[in-house]
Amino acid sequence: MPDFSITGVAVIFLAAILTNNILLSKFLGMCSFIAISRNLRTAFGMGISVTFVTFCTAVLNYGIYYGVLVRDAPLCAVDLTYLTFLVLIMVIAGFVQLVEMVIERFSPLLYYNLGIFLPLITVNCAILGVNLLMIDPDRHFGLVQTAAYALGSGLGWLLSICLMAGLRRRLEHADIPRPLQGLGIILIITGLMAMAFMGFAGVADL
Amino acid sequence: MTYIYAILVLSLLGGSLSVLLLIADRFLADYGPCRITVNEREPFIVDGGCTLLNALYEQRIFIPSACGGQGTCGFCKVDVLDGGGPVLPTELPFLSKAEIAADTRLACQVKVKQALVLRIHPDYFNIQQFRAVVTAAKMLTPDTREILLELIEPQEIVFHPSQYIQVEVPSTDELTVRAYSISSPPGRKIEIELVVRLIPGGLGSTYLHSVEIDQELTFTGPYGEFVLDDDVETELICVAGGCGIAPMRSLIRHIYEVSPHRKCRLFFGVRKIEDVMYMEEFQQLASQMPNFQMHYALSEPKHSPQWKGETGFIHQSVAKHLEAGGRRQVFLCGPPLMIEATLKVLDKKEISRDQIFYDEF
Repeated sequence: MPDFSITGVAVIFLAAILTNNILLSKFLGMCSFIAISRNLRTAFGMGISVTFVTFCTAVLNYGIYYGVLVRDAPLCAVDLTYLTFLVLIMVIAGFVQLVEMVIERFSPLLYYNLGIFLPLITVNCAILGVNLLMIDPDRHFGLVQTAAYALGSGLGWLLSICLMAGLRRRLEHADIPRPLQGLGIILIITGLMAMAFMGFAGVADL
Repeated sequence: MTYIYAILVLSLLGGSLSVLLLIADRFLADYGPCRITVNEREPFIVDGGCTLLNALYEQRIFIPSACGGQGTCGFCKVDVLDGGGPVLPTELPFLSKAEIAADTRLACQVKVKQALVLRIHPDYFNIQQFRAVVTAAKMLTPDTREILLELIEPQEIVFHPSQYIQVEVPSTDELTVRAYSISSPPGRKIEIELVVRLIPGGLGSTYLHSVEIDQELTFTGPYGEFVLDDDVETELICVAGGCGIAPMRSLIRHIYEVSPHRKCRLFFGVRKIEDVMYMEEFQQLASQMPNFQMHYALSEPKHSPQWKGETGFIHQSVAKHLEAGGRRQVFLCGPPLMIEATLKVLDKKEISRDQIFYDEF
């Protein structure tokens, strides 16, 4: 049964950031993680956008999934769970469009820095991943837990991309063997970061 | 039954998302009227949200933009003294440090979102909008068309050889313009000629290849800052690739009209024999201009066994025929690789960069 206490929710939130970090434990959302982590400011902007989209779409999709799609849902009694993927992606796509408009209006610099990766949030697997994991029947998440899980996952992604951006800045002055330069060293560092995050095991767990 | 529910649920969801986006678009993309002040003139009001380039175009202030506002030519520089926001990464390759310090921006990248204060080069106010009618057109090569435009309003255009115009291309979206060099000499003020190569999927070239005789079109111009050295002692070297021949034709025919004894050389490179254009015309000019030499070269001669002339890339011909030194002015027009290779050759020939003018496309 879901644990509705504040501690239970806090545990989910922390676990989503640290021990079950969506990027470092499931390696979801790697594409934009590698492409946008060159500069700390853009990485932070991307992380915030991903967090915002993850949180909002998870809450929205939670309502749609349990309100419409599942068997005996209040709005539609028929089992429509086979539409889950389609519906989740539609909501995410719509939401990304919205975020794009907001960013273009309020931060043109960020808009141009994110470039093609802004619309690509639509197919950022971290977001779809969170949306699918929250409805995992084994987890029994309620709305509050879903919100905490989604917010935590988004912030976890933000944390890892910012860490990576900081590391990459230092890498510019490092003497890296030629075959490992570029993508190679980034993937190795991501692996090391993932192992480091294992150290949080026991702090909180889903 | 399930299917009906499925369709219903998906369409309802899609519908409500679209409505949400439409509402957001209405409120977020609407910047309202914005006031633009140019060079201490009377300010004017435009609807926000469009690019500065298009906003000025609507006010009949024509800023040069060879790429048509795509951010690739870097010609549309204006000083945005107030309200332009931060310099965007798309502009950085085109701006020097001094220009950034002077608030210079690319008009095609700046969006009008609030009141703007601008400083624009006074010469730009001389650029006019013209209406013209197509009076003749013919194919020079399988993919290149020559178009003759007779001016309707204003009836005359004053330009330097090698300048270009921007043709308005009808489109459903925002205003679209494409730049083309004038290939006729400036002496003929009532009509101009263009040389247009069809680029598959290209908006401007598709349009100009489809216009028919007697059809009207609108363009602005003249643009371009290359100035021909009027001293007849200065030798003129023209190096062109493909339809880069257009401004060279204008230059050479101008020389023929004003000082036919001036030393002048044309290097023209194309791929195949089908792409060769204006050869007879230049041969005829060469017979009447004692100091004019022309060199045509094919870069892919193996498909053209009947070709008797030079082969190889055009910069190799320049390296072979041009001797070092002397007073010269050089004009280059062609693809970026050709320009790059030719510039290296010219450096070896001791021609200083301030005597070299080039246009990449």
